[in-house]
Amino acid sequence: MNAPTEQPARLTVATCSLAGCFGCHMSFLDVDERIVELAQLVTFDRSPLTDVKHCSERVDVGLIEGGLCNVENVEVLREFRASCRYLVAVGSCAITGGVPAVRNKFTLESCLREAYIDAPGIDNPHIPCDPEIPLLLNKVRPIHEVVRVDYVLPGCPPPAEAFWELLTALIAGREPELAYEHRRFD
Amino acid sequence: MASPLGQSVTLHDIAARHLHARHRLLQMLREVQASRSYVPEEAIQFFAHVLNLPIAHVRGCVEFYSFLHTTPRGQFDVYFSDSVTDRMAGSEIVAKRLADRLGVTLGQPRADGRVTVSMTSCTGHCEQAPAGLANGRVFTRMTEARIEKMASLIEHGVPVSEWPAEWFHVDDGIRERGITLETFIPPGEAIRTALARGLPATLDEVERSGLQGRGGAGFPVGRKWRGAYETKGAHYITCNADEGEPGTFKDRVLLAKYADELFEGMTIAGLLVGAKKGYVYMRGEYEYMMEGLQTVLEERRAAGLLGENICESGLDFDLRIHLGAGAYVCGEQSALLESLEGKRGIPRVRPPSAVKIGLFGQSTINNNVESFVQAAQIAWKGAEWFSDHGETKSRGTKLLSIAGDCQRPGIYELPLGITVREVLARCGGENAKAVQVGGPAGTCVGRDEFDRRVSYADLATGGSIMVFNDLRDMVDVARQFAHFFAHESCGFCTPCRVGTQMLKHYADKIADGQGTQRDLEQVKSIGEFVKGYSHCGLGETAPNTLLDTIKRFPEEYTSRLLAEADFVPDFDLDASVTESRALTGRQDQLDQVHSD
Ligand SMILES: Cc1cc2nc3c(=O)[nH]c(=O)nc-3n(C[C@H](O)[C@H](O)[C@H](O)COP(=O)(O)O)c2cc1C
Ligand code: SF4
Ligand code: SF4
Ligand code: FES
Repeated sequence: MNAPTEQPARLTVATCSLAGCFGCHMSFLDVDERIVELAQLVTFDRSPLTDVKHCSERVDVGLIEGGLCNVENVEVLREFRASCRYLVAVGSCAITGGVPAVRNKFTLESCLREAYIDAPGIDNPHIPCDPEIPLLLNKVRPIHEVVRVDYVLPGCPPPAEAFWELLTALIAGREPELAYEHRRFD
Repeated sequence: MASPLGQSVTLHDIAARHLHARHRLLQMLREVQASRSYVPEEAIQFFAHVLNLPIAHVRGCVEFYSFLHTTPRGQFDVYFSDSVTDRMAGSEIVAKRLADRLGVTLGQPRADGRVTVSMTSCTGHCEQAPAGLANGRVFTRMTEARIEKMASLIEHGVPVSEWPAEWFHVDDGIRERGITLETFIPPGEAIRTALARGLPATLDEVERSGLQGRGGAGFPVGRKWRGAYETKGAHYITCNADEGEPGTFKDRVLLAKYADELFEGMTIAGLLVGAKKGYVYMRGEYEYMMEGLQTVLEERRAAGLLGENICESGLDFDLRIHLGAGAYVCGEQSALLESLEGKRGIPRVRPPSAVKIGLFGQSTINNNVESFVQAAQIAWKGAEWFSDHGETKSRGTKLLSIAGDCQRPGIYELPLGITVREVLARCGGENAKAVQVGGPAGTCVGRDEFDRRVSYADLATGGSIMVFNDLRDMVDVARQFAHFFAHESCGFCTPCRVGTQMLKHYADKIADGQGTQRDLEQVKSIGEFVKGYSHCGLGETAPNTLLDTIKRFPEEYTSRLLAEADFVPDFDLDASVTESRALTGRQDQLDQVHSD
């Protein structure tokens, strides 16, 4: 992979959740008090943690949780890719589609019918069609099918140690190396 | 729905004819498929009930085998072989022509239930391509003119048994005979010779001959037999007549013309180890030979060569023929045993080897058709008759089935150790730029390697030799093989199940001119991974042709890569929202900025 060559003064880090459950973000926060140390080493850019809505022009590391289930996910992902030096697929959903991709076995129509028309207790059954709602993709996809991905953190979710190793390695300008127990889960 | 064989045969009849034996489940399901054009839910429930099997076991079987279906096929069920050499002979064109004339989509039954036209893997008639199956019967040399006629016969509901006989004519395809094809054993003579010599002495003879397994892997036949001989307890003999490796069609001629020699070999093995029963596992595509083989079995029983007290030896042995149902992996020895037991053909964990724990948990000798034929001939003629041919590490002659860009495709019996160049000279393939030795699972060699030898020490093959000339696109060949493996992977282990799909995806992307250097690197690393971590030989060999052709014909790959881009997604946003647009009627413009 593209190993970091020059070491920037202070890394900027952006994160976002696409079709994910925020479990990966929660696991990131399990670095606990080390978050204070981290905050001194990096600047957080766009992230649900900062509530910043768009990436700055140049971000060093972008962490993506979740796969792609709708058009908005694709747009956000493309913005991330364009802004970030290193893009990291975080967790099963980003890497493989994960739980949301379970719907890939069915047609989109049968999923929507099940949720909005056939389910018990629905009044005014119809498939929502508000232009505010992003169009759903035919199939849920992992992010590497749409943009280049530089690193992956496997797991559902990856353990806090994996986030810590990734970021401290990139800060120090070395290749991250995940210990066996931080990438194997059975 | 009307059916080719008539609906009259009941599920009860089928189960009763197979003695309610669980290991004959696949045979029962085949008959349901043939008489009803599919295996209805009712049949799944029925067999689960009467055989006392879990419903999931029966359903799993139906879903595993390509020739079994859970939804109705057409009254006429037509398959065309889509193996590389069949395509070179125009199989796609004739298949499409038939589909167009009948107004069907490939792979889907017509709404009126009249017909289904689909593609299938190699049917084993490559030198008489384009070949295929119509309601289970093999047709060869299909032409567009014949297709016109076929379409009208189908429209008029004329049963396949009344179609022109010449469509179903299968040549034996023999071009060059060697010691094996010239040796016909008068029925019983090899058995009598073996008994007179003594069975252990006959085993020594087979060992001394140096005969190696003719199915491809080349394991010494004598050593396998000795292993079983020295194992206590009950034994079985099984013959691998699955012949699924695309481009292999040499067992076909042995089954058609050398059945006595085959049964003789199996019987000698059976008498040697004290087996009471043997099975020939024959690919479903060869069903048309079943009748002939049953006749030979009957004749042998009548002559006291099968059944009780064979040739006054006091020993009993009998044979049955089982049919496969369209699964390449069932040629893998342990998957074959699973399939013979009436299960899905999922390869077993080894060790133990089949010689220790094989069919029904007993010591089993499993050999290829040609191995048994040659073993019988060795038992009759002695070790030297065989070992005088071939080279030091690969004794004897081998049947090669040659197809593709050569003037004289067909079956050649040649001494092992022969160079690829010599093989090409014999079959009129001097213009070859590449030769695929051993089928998609084998090795692809280019011109500068034509002095390499066909032998177990160099280029091993179960018989398949495919010849490609300068006009052939090797990337496309490798892509088709990638599709074959992705289709045939049994799905048991992740490296192969997922890896073959990924290889197929990247091969398509590159072949379609959408790939980058990065994709090519992906193929290499996924390929090595799949080879190294798969559970059985299918996965271990699935990436071979992609890796071989990348190495040997790099310019065919690099010339079609997108040079400027590092990453090109195989993704089109507009094409990815067609379903939700259709459901909501929305036509919003999408942001089409691409970035990588
Ligand atoms: C995927 C796969 C398919 C195979 N297909 C066949 C086959 O069709 N016929 C065959 O004789 N051997 C086939 N083999 C090899 C068998 O596993 C086994 O080695 C062979 O039947 C042993 O007989 P032999 O020693 O006489 O060759 C296949 C192996 C693999 C891994
Ligand atoms: S990988 Fe697991 S934790 Fe992370 S977003 Fe997906 S489901 Fe949630
Ligand atoms: S390698 Fe492929 S065919 Fe063999 S067991 Fe694994 S999935 Fe099945
Ligand atoms: S069970 Fe899903 S990958 Fe192994």
